[in-house]
Amino acid sequence: MGFEIPIEKNSGKIAEVTIGATSEQGGTRSNTITIGGSTALPFLFFEGEHPNRPALAMEVFDKVPAKYPEALLDYYRDVIDKPADMAKKCVEQYGAELISVRLDETHPEKGDRSADEAADVVRQVLDSVKVPLIITGHSHYEKINVVMKKVCEVTAGENCLINYVETDNYKTIAAACMAYNHSIVAQSPIDVNMAKQLNILLSDMNFPSEKIVIDPLTGALGYGLEYTYSIMERIRNDGLAGDSMLAFPMIINPGYESSRVKEVRVTEEEYPDWGDMELRSAYWETATAMSLLSAGSELIVMYHPKAMETVKKHVDELYSAESGN
Amino acid sequence: MALSGLEIFKLLPKTNCKECGVPTCMAFAMKLAQKKADLGECPHASEEARAALGAASKPPIRLVKIGVGARALEVGNETVMFRHEKTFFHQTGLAIRLNASEDEETLVSKIREIENYTVDRVGEQLKADLLFLSQDEAGKDAFLKLIGFAKEHSTKGVILDSRDRESLTAGLEILKADRPAVFLSGDVSDGDFELAKNRSVSLIITGESFESLESRVEKAKKAGIEDLILNLKAPDLGRQFQNNTILRRSALKKNYEPFGYPLLTMVEAENGPDRMAKASVGLCKYASIIVLPRYDKALLYTLFALRQNIFTDPQKPIQVEPKLYSIGDPTPESPVFLTTNFSLTFFLVSGEIENSGTSAHLVVCDCEGQSVLTAWAAGKFTGETIAKFIREIKLEEQVKTRRLIIPGFVSQISGDLEEKLPGWEILVGCQEAADIPSFVKSVSIA
Repeated sequence: MGFEIPIEKNSGKIAEVTIGATSEQGGTRSNTITIGGSTALPFLFFEGEHPNRPALAMEVFDKVPAKYPEALLDYYRDVIDKPADMAKKCVEQYGAELISVRLDETHPEKGDRSADEAADVVRQVLDSVKVPLIITGHSHYEKINVVMKKVCEVTAGENCLINYVETDNYKTIAAACMAYNHSIVAQSPIDVNMAKQLNILLSDMNFPSEKIVIDPLTGALGYGLEYTYSIMERIRNDGLAGDSMLAFPMIINPGYESSRVKEVRVTEEEYPDWGDMELRSAYWETATAMSLLSAGSELIVMYHPKAMETVKKHVDELYSAESGN
Repeated sequence: MALSGLEIFKLLPKTNCKECGVPTCMAFAMKLAQKKADLGECPHASEEARAALGAASKPPIRLVKIGVGARALEVGNETVMFRHEKTFFHQTGLAIRLNASEDEETLVSKIREIENYTVDRVGEQLKADLLFLSQDEAGKDAFLKLIGFAKEHSTKGVILDSRDRESLTAGLEILKADRPAVFLSGDVSDGDFELAKNRSVSLIITGESFESLESRVEKAKKAGIEDLILNLKAPDLGRQFQNNTILRRSALKKNYEPFGYPLLTMVEAENGPDRMAKASVGLCKYASIIVLPRYDKALLYTLFALRQNIFTDPQKPIQVEPKLYSIGDPTPESPVFLTTNFSLTFFLVSGEIENSGTSAHLVVCDCEGQSVLTAWAAGKFTGETIAKFIREIKLEEQVKTRRLIIPGFVSQISGDLEEKLPGWEILVGCQEAADIPSFVKSVSIA
């Protein structure tokens, strides 16, 4: 009996989601980014199609995060408090395919910046770079609803990815996305059923399914990564098996989550067994991203330029099998 | 692959002779399927039945051992494609390559450094598992010296990488009590199998394609060698990902015997981050052994964390040691937080306290690794159990604070806890760890 490659065909297909809009489409982006569309498990080209490569975004801030790691600051010191310049650097020097604008300063317990101020920041970034945007908020429902409504309005037609809504707070932001033609991130806390429930709630509002991206909630390496990893594999398996309410592309945040852990901010002098801090901070984010790529993520928001370069290179390598054999 | 009760029944004599102690052959078949009986109990079972059942009870991926004693590495015996289906049983062994062409002093100091490198993470002692000793361009003497150094200075299992049979024979003589493995690049012949015969040695068989790998495995099996590890070469990460998936799936789903062995993946890359990316994917997708081209603490530590994550049994939460933890640089007057010893809960809570910029004490109760609500529902996180734990760790001798911040999800226990902990004020905190920084800001906590 000769060897035959065991093929497993799936009945489902992951939705294709396009982010951004060019001038013909009513926006101002130089290009759009499409993710999803797979008919097989990640990178298995011998039994299905993966028409779109996972996309790599980088993140800029309305204000420098309080505990931004030193290892990262070395790359961004000149631009960290200038989101438009930082976005430009991420795109031009580090190869970001999308830019996420994180609006943490609008949180009432941080800067309590107004929706207008947030919209200003977003507009500056829109003017400064031509790649599609992700707009990233927080979990203060009342405030983020006001902020996102305003941001959706001033970016009308740009088809931004509005990040995020959750089960307890989705209606206002989802309605604004529909009114101004944006895509949405549906975030759920590391749970297949809750991910599904939120997608059902969105589709009950007639939210277009080709505009939903799932955020399964990223746990950094060493801080719950295993939960994220397995939930993503389950979501992807179910989606491919035909559960259309789980057949969406997934976004993960290795940059943000890795930037918060101790392992990227303590030196080798303090922890000799942990090795060089510069390398370690790039490794931590790389390992978080590469493992979750293996589990099925299509949109990855990175912070560390070295990790970004590495992950991009290996996404290309993982796609080398595309040509067959 | 396991047989169903009905499939087993077809292989039995169907005489209902009861000599096995079970009333009917059908009932006996059902017990066999559930592994509650042994075919040996049936005196009339045919050779055919024995062969079929024997094959069915063989694990689809063979368990292979390298090294001896407490530090021996066991790999293989996996049963699932996804960790959420059950668990991955034997974690990936990490091997570090040493080349015989390097100078002796460097080699000895590297071997010693690798030997002494252990690091604690979540209560587990983590270390590299294997030395991959490569003859490289060096002659027999240099290779044997390297093997001698490993024997003298290391307790780790050893893989020998050479195509010179004379060097290997001599090397295996040095390691004859140490259960090493031999890495065979390229084609194999009977001379290679002679190396493993009458010795406790595993062979790592390399293939350039599924076909060449299969034919070499078949040759080894024909020569009576069973302890095999497979190395299917891939030109890039994409092909490696697919190959490993196909090999694992063939073994598990098709019971395809030539590929029913653990897999080895070589990480070859110019720089650290590239090695990190390739090793991460290898570890997630079915490499039972990863060979790293050099010793790099930061890379090993990161891989240890990933290995711990991927190989944790998803049905058993990882626990952290229940005790009093210091977050930041607390003084006796610093605030005292309370949580359970479910690792994820602990990491989130301690991380967010750290993010809040406040130094604090964190009491981590023994709740058998359950999260706050689960532990409370199971009666493991109640006024009584918490008070008992706080007395056990002698908290009152360690802090002057007499105010305990409890998780918002268990506000209902605050009355009970106040009663059981005289002299303490109970403050109900926030429900989500993410809200700790704002909680700390909004309340006077100490």
